[in-house]
Amino acid sequence: MVGWLGTWSIIRPMEACKALGAKRALPLPVSAQDSGISAPVITKVTFEVNGKPQTLELDTRTTLLDALRDHLHLTGTKKGCDHGQCGACTVIADGRRINSCLTLAVMHDGGKVTTIEGLGTPDKLHPMQAAFVRHDGYQCGYCTPGQICSAVALLQEIKAGVPSHVSADLLAPPAVTNAELRERMSGNICRCGAYSNIAEAIAEVAGSSA
Amino acid sequence: MKTFSYEKAKTPAEAAAAAARIKGARFIAGGTNLLDLMKLEIETPAHLIDVNGLALDKIEALPEGGVRVGALVRNTDLAADERVRREYPLLSRALLAGASGQLRNKATTAGNLLQRTRCAYFYDPNMPCNKRVPGSGCSAIGGISRQHAVIGSSDACIATHPSDMAVALRALDATVETVNGKGAARKIPIANFHRLPGDSPHIETNLQPGELITAVTLPKPVGGNQLYYKVRDRASYAFALVSVALIQQKDGSGRVALGGIAHKPWRVESAERALPSGAKATADALLAGAKPTRDNEFKVKLVERTLAAVLAHAKELRA
Repeated sequence: MVGWLGTWSIIRPMEACKALGAKRALPLPVSAQDSGISAPVITKVTFEVNGKPQTLELDTRTTLLDALRDHLHLTGTKKGCDHGQCGACTVIADGRRINSCLTLAVMHDGGKVTTIEGLGTPDKLHPMQAAFVRHDGYQCGYCTPGQICSAVALLQEIKAGVPSHVSADLLAPPAVTNAELRERMSGNICRCGAYSNIAEAIAEVAGSSA
Repeated sequence: MKTFSYEKAKTPAEAAAAAARIKGARFIAGGTNLLDLMKLEIETPAHLIDVNGLALDKIEALPEGGVRVGALVRNTDLAADERVRREYPLLSRALLAGASGQLRNKATTAGNLLQRTRCAYFYDPNMPCNKRVPGSGCSAIGGISRQHAVIGSSDACIATHPSDMAVALRALDATVETVNGKGAARKIPIANFHRLPGDSPHIETNLQPGELITAVTLPKPVGGNQLYYKVRDRASYAFALVSVALIQQKDGSGRVALGGIAHKPWRVESAERALPSGAKATADALLAGAKPTRDNEFKVKLVERTLAAVLAHAKELRA
């Protein structure tokens, strides 16, 4: 999948090209055209993760996702597509949900990041985690940390009055309806298809019967 | 990903000067498109200039009645801004039709304008693409081209511009404000901002090298019914096959811009005279000279039908 491509992802040009019998001179992959290899650039990053100050020495190329998983060993945040399409890497940075795979760790120097580990613990689940368990809002569980971070943040967005694509009236405070939750969760893909239970769990936390 | 050096810019002029001075430098703001392309080594900047620290994140009222939107205003904040929702609802609607909640929280106003096509061949380094490697050919022509342009394309490129926001800005007659490496500011009307592919599809905008977008301004509100319809393969979080931005006044006159069908937001001012006559007349005028491919012929009809649906909705609102 390329970019947040949506349905374009079903197109596989190489296969399609073969299928059409097309014959073309293929350029070399970009990486092979380039013989110069530059040394990594290392930089210091200081940020607060789940309330704890952290300082890391990182290659500038390190995404926030890789910093969390590989350097801080917070493996609750998952790498799915690594291209911002699946939402498995969703974390809350400076109060907002983002795809941690599409941002550089160095860009969060001085910032605050909350991961699933910072929301709750096995002994003391966050209300959203407890609701996901109660409503069976997952099957394999791989997308779940991202789903939960996204769900927690989206209720804040609704509270703050951020409208959505399905909000009928842009000037009215958004409501917690099933349609609103589904639209607002569309950046989190669940291949097990636990969507209806996920929406029920979020609705319960929001205190609605959506 | 290729290695790169990194700096945080302090002022817009300093950022533009650094971009003009350092070979292979790129600005990074939200990064949602640039980083994706860097992972695939389609973009290989040697140096990143992080512009997030520039104080360009305000939405301000202008004395003559318009609004200035800072280049760094996030898509979420722009869509949710009270004045934008009230006076430029088309812009809110278009923004909310694009991407996901997570991406809109990061993506910026300037970055949205500068995002690159999602043509699958552009994204596949194994395939020729004039946008990625000038002169290498276009794989979409004669390839799978369901998503591609039906008008304004060339023998070199049939890619589309992916933005919803830009379609609304085109209908709203926005202006892009910039600063260059020498500190000189200029204003570019949105109509002249994006380019058609011609024989240089790798040059997508009329920005000069190193020129930094500082803001987008909207003229004073024009009122009317403002609607954005987006037709796509799934109900949310997908790019447009066709989108229609409509601003229609009580007397039936108005403006219309289309997304998903060309290398830039598509607006033909003379076609808007046909709006009171209905969807077919308007679509015919908007798409005069269209050259769809075998795969995307359906878009021509889809424009007319989406326009019909939008006009019916606007009529209902006027009743």
